[in-house]
Amino acid sequence: MWRFIGLRSLQAIPVILAVITVTFFLVRAAPGGPFSSEKAVSPQVQAALEAQYRLDQPPLQQYISYLTDLVQGNMGPSFYYPGRSVDELIFQGLPITAELGLYALLIAVIIGSFAGVIAALKPNTIQDYVPMSIAMVGICMPSFLLGPVLVLVFGIMLDWLPVSGWGNSYGDKVLPSITLGAMYAAYIARLSRSGMLEVMSQDYLRTARAKGLPEYVVILKHALRGGLLPVISYLGPAFAALLSGSFVVETIFQIPGLGRFYVQAAFNRDYTMILGTTVFLSTLIVVFNLLSDIAAAWVNPRLRYQFKK
Amino acid sequence: MTSKITSQVLDQDIPKGTSLWEDALVRLRKNRLSMIGLGFLVFIMIVCLLTPWIAPYGYEEQNLRLGAIPPSMEHWLGTDTFGRDMLTRIMYGGRVSLLVGFIATSVALLIGVTYGAIAGYAGGKTDAFMMRLVDILYALPFMIFIILLMVVFGRNLLLLFLAIGAVEWLVMARIVRGQIQSLRQQEYVEAAISLGLSPAAIIMKHLIPNALGPVIVYTTLTIPNVMLLEAFLSFLGLGIQPPESSWGLLISYGVETMEEYPWLLIFPGLALTTTLFALNFLGDGLRDALDPKASRD
Repeated sequence: MWRFIGLRSLQAIPVILAVITVTFFLVRAAPGGPFSSEKAVSPQVQAALEAQYRLDQPPLQQYISYLTDLVQGNMGPSFYYPGRSVDELIFQGLPITAELGLYALLIAVIIGSFAGVIAALKPNTIQDYVPMSIAMVGICMPSFLLGPVLVLVFGIMLDWLPVSGWGNSYGDKVLPSITLGAMYAAYIARLSRSGMLEVMSQDYLRTARAKGLPEYVVILKHALRGGLLPVISYLGPAFAALLSGSFVVETIFQIPGLGRFYVQAAFNRDYTMILGTTVFLSTLIVVFNLLSDIAAAWVNPRLRYQFKK
Repeated sequence: MTSKITSQVLDQDIPKGTSLWEDALVRLRKNRLSMIGLGFLVFIMIVCLLTPWIAPYGYEEQNLRLGAIPPSMEHWLGTDTFGRDMLTRIMYGGRVSLLVGFIATSVALLIGVTYGAIAGYAGGKTDAFMMRLVDILYALPFMIFIILLMVVFGRNLLLLFLAIGAVEWLVMARIVRGQIQSLRQQEYVEAAISLGLSPAAIIMKHLIPNALGPVIVYTTLTIPNVMLLEAFLSFLGLGIQPPESSWGLLISYGVETMEEYPWLLIFPGLALTTTLFALNFLGDGLRDALDPKASRD
């Protein structure tokens, strides 16, 4: 197990480095300097600005200084918000996005696996068709459609819940969390259904029943552990998807989180901000993929042999 | 005399063989949801193809005096705030959405199948290296990268196709490589090698056609993903740019005015959702038909 954790973690390092390198040079390759669209400034001011953002150095030099700064947790100043650093902006948005992501993930895992298990217990009956049809709707209904529809129905027509904001008024966290979580709940429902169906036909479950265990023990204790394995493996990718989903949800509900910052930075051509956020989000995603793989290997020892020769 | 009798007996007793494809077709036909999905898709595709000739109004035809009106006899799906016919706009938007879906998927298909086939056929160190590369790329957060690409290189349609296609080929490469690897052990491949066929000919003539089942299934399931991705980007304003239109863009306009004119959100939303539905149902059906062993999900 430790060997797996060690080797799997080592794999993550080149990925993170690749992300930083590609992002850095992509952003540098962007046509037009960050100040070229602004009104004309005197050459001295231009030079001073470029020196401040290290744009006067050769690219490789810039890259190396960026890396050294990054290791020290310094992502440089924002181009768009003068006087504010990128890490400051990121850590301002992060708690909000993290909270939103957590609620969404909880909704997705709890509702999704519950629906999937229920469906798998009586396959090809009404108990299977109803949750699975709802899951199909969830998969085909993107968040940028579901969100506005929920706002329209519950926010405007019924007037039950606030239509935007985060933590400003009572209940304004409900709609964004549901909007973000719904699609993943649908995926998880499908995953856990097929996982459970596969486990239910295994011999060890027949043995468990044969020795006279009550049905709920058979399911809760023996079937769930194997049946929910695909869900655990899915959590890493789901986290990545949740982050990009938060771009849309935060835009719809006007939530000042990281996703909204990212989209804003993209529109403002705030290059240091784009670079910083991309590196930060990517690292986060790589780390979560790593954690999800470790969790899966912990539950399923067979996965650990990936690194054995 | 005897041989004649035997051949007669054989003619009667041996049932006519059905190929894998005929078998699959029979299974697919039995799946009612998939057939409905297929029918719906064919309908949508024909409508989108013929849009310039059958659209009730011009794409940019404004009627400012009319403004936004709910569905009526003249405008079946209502009009937007400029008095433009929604049905027409949805039909034109569908052309772009479907085009992105099909072209980007083709890009993914081309790269993925070629890459996977080469890795699977080569085996050994080449294969290990190529697949490690896929693993690394797979771990990259691509959504963020696509947004980055759109920001850095401007928002053009061609780049969007390439960017989305470049993301979606990874899974395809894995599937094809797995298939080719197991097919490579078969005797008929050995026979082909000993006959002196070049690796390219073996891959093209013998291996890829036999690996086609899972590829078709995955392709059908990639198209809705790609369409969602395009709609997602267009919604954020990073994908299709006006005056071009796509369902994602129409939805984002609809959101802005949904309080007063909900039909501007509902109809493009319905168009996108039902098409995705149809594609997913068809994909599920194809998977059951072509690849009975594959797990559902």
